[in-house]
Amino acid sequence: MAGVAILLPVVGAFLVLALGKWPNLRETATLVTATSLFAVVYSLLGPVRAGETPSLTLVEVVPGVTLGLEVEPLGLLFALVASFLWIVTSLYAIGYMRGHHEENQTRFFFFFAVSIAGAMGVAFAGNLFTLFAFYEALTLCTFPLVTHHQTDEARKAGRVYLGILLSTSVVFQLLAIIWTWQLAGTVDFVPGGILAGTASAGVLSALLVLYVFGVGKAAVMPFHRWLPAAMVAPTPVSALLHAVAVVKAGVFTVLKVSVYVFGVDLLGSLAATPWLAWAAATTIILASLVAFTKDNLKARLAYSTISQLSYIVLGALLANRWGIIGGGMHIAMHAFGKITLFFAAGAILVAAHEKDISRMRGLGRTMPITFGAFFIGSLSIIGVPPAGGSWSKWFLGLGTLEAGQLGLLAVLMVSSLLSLVYLLEIPVRAFFSAPPADSHHGEGIHEAPWQSLAAIVITATATLALFVWPDAFYDLMTLVVER
Amino acid sequence: MSAHLPVLLIVVPLLAAPLAALVRHPRGSWVVALGASWWALGVSIALLMRVLADGTISYEIGGWAAPWGIEYRIDVANAFVLLIVSGIGAVVTPYARVSVEREVEAARIPLFHTAFILCLTGLLGIAVTGDVFNVFVFLEISSLSAYALIALGQDRRALTSAYQYLVMGSVGATFIVIGIGLLYVMTGTLNMADLAVRLPEVAATRTIPVAFAFLTVGICLKLALFPLHLWLPNAYTFAPSSVTAFIASTATKVAVYMLLRFFFTVFGAAFSFDVMQLDMVLMPLALVAIVSMSLVAIYQQNAKRLLAYSSLAQIGYMILGISLASVTGVTAGILHLFNHALMKGALFMTLGCVMYRVGSVRVEAMAGLGKTMPWTMAAFVIGGLSLIGVPLTVGFVSKWYLVLAALEQGLWPLAVVVLLGSLLAVMYVWKVVEVAYFQPPPDGDPPAEAPLSLLVPTWALVVANLYFGIDAKLTAGVAMRAAEALLGVGQ
Amino acid sequence: MRLLGLYNYWVVIVLMMVGFYTIIARDNLVKKLIGLSIFQTSVFMLYISMGRIHGGTAPILMEGTDVVYSNPLPHVLILTAIVVGVATTAVGLSLVIRINEAYGTVEEDEIHSQDESL
Repeated sequence: MAGVAILLPVVGAFLVLALGKWPNLRETATLVTATSLFAVVYSLLGPVRAGETPSLTLVEVVPGVTLGLEVEPLGLLFALVASFLWIVTSLYAIGYMRGHHEENQTRFFFFFAVSIAGAMGVAFAGNLFTLFAFYEALTLCTFPLVTHHQTDEARKAGRVYLGILLSTSVVFQLLAIIWTWQLAGTVDFVPGGILAGTASAGVLSALLVLYVFGVGKAAVMPFHRWLPAAMVAPTPVSALLHAVAVVKAGVFTVLKVSVYVFGVDLLGSLAATPWLAWAAATTIILASLVAFTKDNLKARLAYSTISQLSYIVLGALLANRWGIIGGGMHIAMHAFGKITLFFAAGAILVAAHEKDISRMRGLGRTMPITFGAFFIGSLSIIGVPPAGGSWSKWFLGLGTLEAGQLGLLAVLMVSSLLSLVYLLEIPVRAFFSAPPADSHHGEGIHEAPWQSLAAIVITATATLALFVWPDAFYDLMTLVVER
Repeated sequence: MSAHLPVLLIVVPLLAAPLAALVRHPRGSWVVALGASWWALGVSIALLMRVLADGTISYEIGGWAAPWGIEYRIDVANAFVLLIVSGIGAVVTPYARVSVEREVEAARIPLFHTAFILCLTGLLGIAVTGDVFNVFVFLEISSLSAYALIALGQDRRALTSAYQYLVMGSVGATFIVIGIGLLYVMTGTLNMADLAVRLPEVAATRTIPVAFAFLTVGICLKLALFPLHLWLPNAYTFAPSSVTAFIASTATKVAVYMLLRFFFTVFGAAFSFDVMQLDMVLMPLALVAIVSMSLVAIYQQNAKRLLAYSSLAQIGYMILGISLASVTGVTAGILHLFNHALMKGALFMTLGCVMYRVGSVRVEAMAGLGKTMPWTMAAFVIGGLSLIGVPLTVGFVSKWYLVLAALEQGLWPLAVVVLLGSLLAVMYVWKVVEVAYFQPPPDGDPPAEAPLSLLVPTWALVVANLYFGIDAKLTAGVAMRAAEALLGVGQ
Repeated sequence: MRLLGLYNYWVVIVLMMVGFYTIIARDNLVKKLIGLSIFQTSVFMLYISMGRIHGGTAPILMEGTDVVYSNPLPHVLILTAIVVGVATTAVGLSLVIRINEAYGTVEEDEIHSQDESL
């Protein structure tokens, strides 16, 4: 089934290409593919919860190194989130791309579907090599999406995007992977890790540093610049790929390496681990501070994403049960919250043609649903009830306590306060401030196209629902730490 | 018949060459060339399979027993090289028909194909023979025909670059002859296997190190190792497209094979690396080649020249692997020999397609080709990704082994340089990709997609790039057996 | 005087250096080829010298067992090498003719300046 999950979006992509001349059929193809993909991934939930890990070996690339897939709880969690949100994003993208009169829509939907295939591959990768292959594929397939407008600005952003993601992955991550292979003689993911006892603590620490910074998609500072650069892409891309699929592929890799390559016990014993945790903590605070200075809404959301991603890296590096559970759940919780925010940003762009926060004052009265959803999404990011984000923050907090790192707990608190200010400022001003004098709010402005609006409502509702029913994700993460 | 395959591999193309000249008809001579190159491929495959199954083949020319007669000796290493050379030849010949008709005047086409077959014969001969003087003869056959082929380029600078190549190539070949002569003085034999037996007795003399030095310089000139590479960029840039595709993926590879054969089989790894410390020379030069040539490539405005400099960097990778003198290292070198032939062949062939339609391969002339020649540029992108070493392409497999070989010996800075080299590759490949996909095509009639007779061979190599990147068991396995044979372990 | 006794090797070395120097130092493409020829010829002499044995005669089979023959193999090899050398010179000279047609000169520096002005 894991193979099907990767193949399905590829097939869908070529359907999109074939139906390019008939936009309605083409969009139907996207929606049908997305829905069936989610169905496939969902069908794996039962077996995995029952403790099964279906696996599939595709081909042996060089002796001992295979292209293989394995469905395990952490990967399933990521795949569930990504595939579900793909349905919603497709719906949203149809409204957005048409409402915004974008060009080359066939190419857009084609690469979108291929990118999802890449994300599924990352989620279900059975070993480090396969993970790396899909990780790079994801980088390359999203490049045409980032540079969709083909302007000079897009080209420059594309260079930053590709430059940082490729250089970190090729120089650090690949080196780490080959080194792992050389030390352990395997690159498979094994519960409890494969590296214990293969080399001195110094070498393993160096390896850990290579992994954490080599996964550029996790956007740990100083390798975060690609994420704001990627915001030149159309909003659906920013929403699904740069708040969910691509960035989560990064932190997912960090989690996966922590749990299945190093193993929690080994990780906790390495001298580099607390240092790296503090690097993540620094990213959390710095990125939040930078977010304050951004007036462009998507840029502010991008820095917020950088900050939130480091929560997950931090969770992994706490190297204890609660840290891992919290990190894993934050993949899901942050995804739902942040995608809502991006959807709202895109809706504002399509409906009111506004990008800057300072010009959104008073807009809440004409676009109440959008800004209402923005409010709910913000709550989840901040981590307060009744939004799903509160659970993952709670477990991460528990993790810092168990690790005895009160300083890190303080970082989490401060960061929540910061995000409270820089996020809630936006809906509050939209609802309660007067519009700027030179704006034309209220004249012909109404909510975004219905498809987009529907998507926003769905994700906002899901964000609330996850507060009440976080069980599925919690159970999966429990399986991860207990395997 | 099948017992005579080793010599038929050489004789059939050697006879086909004058035939192609006598036909005097462009299409007719091409058919002869096609027959010769496919024959060579078929025989090479048969030979490789036989070597893999039964072990080393030894064939005595004219029935004269070695070491007096000339022996053709085929083990896994040269069977693999034969496959590379004849495989590229068999793909480039179909491609050459249309490409050459566009780039070479009609009267010279039969001579072009003659020289092409001769060049192929010479390269195959170097690989197949077990006699060091025979190596020189075949080397000159391939080189002389290569000079003529390069001179057929459209630009008049093709002439000067062919001349430059001729002078430097002849000096290199003469150095090799001097080295061979000195070896003969000391041992009285020219047979490689016999030399390997007799050399240790006289290794302590002053003559053998001198011979070693002459051979090193001569071979490194031929394989264009930095700083003996000056002939290569111009030669690749101004030669006709199909010549560049063929020579870039075979000539330097065969020279690398010569290096392996002389230093591992004839002198023996122990003498070459422990006594003469060849690695102290090759490793720094290889590292400098990787970094400096990649940097130079980034600044090129002519796509062919850009790829030529990239080739120099890639040669650095092969030499780096070989200089590690371990099984994994030599495996990486041999594997990259094969893999680089696939990627550079594909890339130069896409440039041939561009040349055919646009009439120029300057980077700025490729604006908008992503839209107007989508298949050609898609081939370029995949070839480029392979050059960079993206997973599931052949480039990645090479890189995997090379980095592994460096880490095995604890030389992690080497691994970092190798990986940094692929980042530089990203920069020069993307330079072309950005122009092709981001800049609008110039006004006027947009160029049409290249004809199928060019696209099919190009894509054949592109597919090979992917296939051997996804399933590298065959190539990696053969390369490892070849490395073990060369190092004399595991048998 | 053992050193002088090996005078033909001295000749080889001198010729080799003369040829090599000409290749490097001359700008005239024809003179470069002359240098290349001299360089190659020196190697031919090296081979022929090494085949020679003191008191040896031409390797034609004769009656008796105490006849010392010179080693014929290097001579044969050098026949091949001479052919190769002639071919190289021929290809080189024909290239020079074509270069002269295209540029109107066989001086390297003038060719360079013409190409740079393109």
